[in-house]
Amino acid sequence: MARARPEPVQIVKQRRDAALAALVGAVPYIGFLGIEFDRRGDELTSILQFDEKLIGNPVLPALHGGATAAFLEVTSIIGLSWSILWDDIEHGNLDPEDLANGQMPSLPKTIGFTVDYLRSGLPRDAYARARVIRSGRRYASVHVEAWQDNRTRPIAQATGHFLMPRRDG
Amino acid sequence: MDIDKSKIAEQFVNVIPHSRVLGMELTSVGDGLAEITMAYDERFVGDPETGVIHGGAVSALMDTCCGAAVISHPSSVGPTATIDLRIDYMRPATPGQRIRAQAECYHITRSVAFVRARAIDDDENRPVATASGTFTVEGRK
Repeated sequence: MARARPEPVQIVKQRRDAALAALVGAVPYIGFLGIEFDRRGDELTSILQFDEKLIGNPVLPALHGGATAAFLEVTSIIGLSWSILWDDIEHGNLDPEDLANGQMPSLPKTIGFTVDYLRSGLPRDAYARARVIRSGRRYASVHVEAWQDNRTRPIAQATGHFLMPRRDG
Repeated sequence: MDIDKSKIAEQFVNVIPHSRVLGMELTSVGDGLAEITMAYDERFVGDPETGVIHGGAVSALMDTCCGAAVISHPSSVGPTATIDLRIDYMRPATPGQRIRAQAECYHITRSVAFVRARAIDDDENRPVATASGTFTVEGRK
């Protein structure tokens, strides 16, 4: 039997981007910090746009450790949610419009989060990518790394353990 | 503790843009001890379903409070930076309630300060989160 004709690329992209926008847009703190997400296929890169309010040491100046930690935690939770939702988005089981209207699946909850500060965060944009190390029915472990100008010179990394949302069915 | 130290610790919170924007207030400070509160604010919500504050905001509070405890330690001089910080979340903070972090710098060497902290809301007997971390120490006397 012939393979089903793939959907037009713009339809696929639009569905993925709408789902991501709804997921990210639902969390007030992500908007407050000014974090955005860039998507390439299923890979997400988060961007923390520099703002004066993120400063923790005005003398250096350097980013606040708490801002960096929040950036890493946001990236982990969205990355983990994205990985759980991906199949549903691809198969059309999740309607981005429902998501945008607030019918949001529950987010994973942080159990523990450990941040290592490797270099001081400069007053400029930062980027981060999360990697789901293990994703089970109840628990998940995620590693995340943030950098600024050079991908090979991370400013911070973290490992988090998360309680997975209950999934019906 | 001398008056200068508590002034420095207070400045530490008031002068830092990120602490200010999160509405943090230093409520108590002693030798190697600090308490900082953060009022509930809808902009800090991490879970739209429940209205619970984002873990990241709690991290920022814990980090600031631990830093203030290091600065207020009699053996520390000058600024400090976080080396690592681990936070465990016991339960979600109750929406609408102020979160209070209490930190203790329980050991300090020439180069590293060791700190533990806990965060509570109105129900003091059930901590919201605990933290432990290490911080840099510069130019010890």
